[in-house]
Amino acid sequence: MDAILFLIFATIAVLCAINLVVQKHPISSALSLIGVMASLAVLYLLLGGEFLAAVQLIVYAGAIMVLFVFVIMLLNAGAERRSNRSLMATLFGVPLLAAFLALVAYVIQRGLPPTEGVYFGGFTQGTPRAIGRVLFTQYLLPFEVTSVLILIAIIGAVVLARKEI
Amino acid sequence: MEFYIITLVKAALIAFVLLTAAAYLVWLERKVLAHIQLRLGPSRVGPHGLLQPLADAVKLLTKEDLIPRDAHKPFYLLAPLLAVSLSLISICVIPFGPEVEIFGYRTYLQLTDLSIGVLVVLAVSSLSVYGVALAGWASNSKYSLLGGLRSSAQMVSYELPLAITVAAPLLLANTLSFRELVDAQAGYYFGIIPRWNIFQFPMPQIFGFIIFLIAAFAETNRVPFDLPEAENELVAGFHTEYSSMKFAAFFTAEYINIMTICCVATLLFLGGWQPLFPAQYGSDFVPVLVNLGAAAVALYHGLNPARPKDRLTLPVVAAVFAGIALLFLVPFLKPILVPLFWFATKTGFLVFVFIWVRGTLPRFRYDQLMKFAWTFLFPVALLNLLATSFLVAVTSK
Amino acid sequence: MQSMTSVPLSWYLILSAILFALGVAGFVIRRNLITVFMSIELMLNAVNLSFITFSYQLKQVDGHIFSFFVMVVAAAEAAVGLAIILTVFKNRSSLQIDDISSMKY
Repeated sequence: MDAILFLIFATIAVLCAINLVVQKHPISSALSLIGVMASLAVLYLLLGGEFLAAVQLIVYAGAIMVLFVFVIMLLNAGAERRSNRSLMATLFGVPLLAAFLALVAYVIQRGLPPTEGVYFGGFTQGTPRAIGRVLFTQYLLPFEVTSVLILIAIIGAVVLARKEI
Repeated sequence: MEFYIITLVKAALIAFVLLTAAAYLVWLERKVLAHIQLRLGPSRVGPHGLLQPLADAVKLLTKEDLIPRDAHKPFYLLAPLLAVSLSLISICVIPFGPEVEIFGYRTYLQLTDLSIGVLVVLAVSSLSVYGVALAGWASNSKYSLLGGLRSSAQMVSYELPLAITVAAPLLLANTLSFRELVDAQAGYYFGIIPRWNIFQFPMPQIFGFIIFLIAAFAETNRVPFDLPEAENELVAGFHTEYSSMKFAAFFTAEYINIMTICCVATLLFLGGWQPLFPAQYGSDFVPVLVNLGAAAVALYHGLNPARPKDRLTLPVVAAVFAGIALLFLVPFLKPILVPLFWFATKTGFLVFVFIWVRGTLPRFRYDQLMKFAWTFLFPVALLNLLATSFLVAVTSK
Repeated sequence: MQSMTSVPLSWYLILSAILFALGVAGFVIRRNLITVFMSIELMLNAVNLSFITFSYQLKQVDGHIFSFFVMVVAAAEAAVGLAIILTVFKNRSSLQIDDISSMKY
């Protein structure tokens, strides 16, 4: 069951990611990215990260990507113009990507110590309670720093959104 | 295996009840609005227009299904599918009652109880922007695009106060599961005042409840925040270009969303299926009395008919109500039906409020809407959360 | 043990690598500013997946915290980045990366 679910959603994620790269229109890319995020949320659930899965949907798919879609719709950006790319890039780029991936896969397979594999329920620390406990004790300082970061981002966005610039 | 069968039966039952309820919600809305405006409302198809939803479904199914020539076809087709499927997902985690025993099986009146149930509802509601935004964009029409843009901005803005007010009851109950949330609201102060979150001591969530309702109006694109649709300025907003079943999909999704959000409000603030007053004062007999009262009213109007055909129809209605009242007295059904009655009553009241507000308030202007969300609703929601968390911190050991 | 149905840990890591590589590819070959930005988000997502996978393997919740922070940073980044993109579009009415090259010289 785990393997089937993993294969289904991994396939969806990879297909959506490829679609993101090859689609010409930004809104198609945005939707494929949402597909990647949703299938990753399912994989997080399989890995026991129930809180992260929900946050992935709320923050990534529900807030960040809405912003993207909103901007794309607002600018009414059409399909992108291809710049005059060389044949060499296509000829070498795709095999190079495949070779790089094969190398990474090989390194991961070889370098990883033998483990018992992932099954649903093998990790139960991903609950909101457990994450909250660690977040507000051990990681309190980073947490507070991110709030400053967000404040800076808000100010930056407000400044940029003014009419004069 | 048993688990799968029970789940399938429950899923089928919930889907059936939900879709029927959505269809009749349309009828109810038209009826209530009509009576608010001193009209009769649908009254041609069936007695009191009760078969109107059926007629509407037939009409929508047989209409011509137009796809605009310049529409982005895949997304144009995807949008209604997305809207309706997302609206159906969040009902999975909503509990309708406590654990009950049916034909020897102990089961919950709920499809599935997730430990992150509240987060799932929030996630799905934040995803439901896409249905509307995509519909607006893919139709390739200025009205649709404006409606879609308005809606995505509005839904994102109102999600913040919504999520923040939801956090306060979660703090009080210290859980994210809907069932535990309702269990935490069981019991009574002084043996009479229910421990629901809006009466919670020392931090009654009455402000939270009101903010939640206001944000819920905006989330479901209802009057006074129905800017995305705005019939008289944007024609119909994001679904201008949709016809036939695709339009029906948006329509159904909207009404299912209304019901879901009313269920969530009931669970979070109104104590779910917990009765209004303790069972020792006879709260179990309230459903019987209510139904008998309805039967008596129907019978009275049947005996003094305003129209000749009422003499036939209204006594039948009275008999149906009396039958329902008797069902609540059957000892085998009572533990299932009484919590369901309380849950349905509270949710139904909230749904009625939705319709009532639509019949009462005019539409906001767009800038007013945004200003209201960011300069009033959001700070008040934050204050409410701050006060609640402060009191929780003080009172907890 | 659930060895019958379990998934090797490496599969998750390889999936993460594939997504990351696709993100890099998108970042390099795409010419639309917004799409390039989305490729970055894809890379962040891929990294999150491997964080959570490692968190599973080590039976520690820290990986979840890291990806939580990544999400927060991504949200901040998206807010500022999209504001910049809006400003660029307002001034140049184009989203082509090739058109926005005045900083090159």
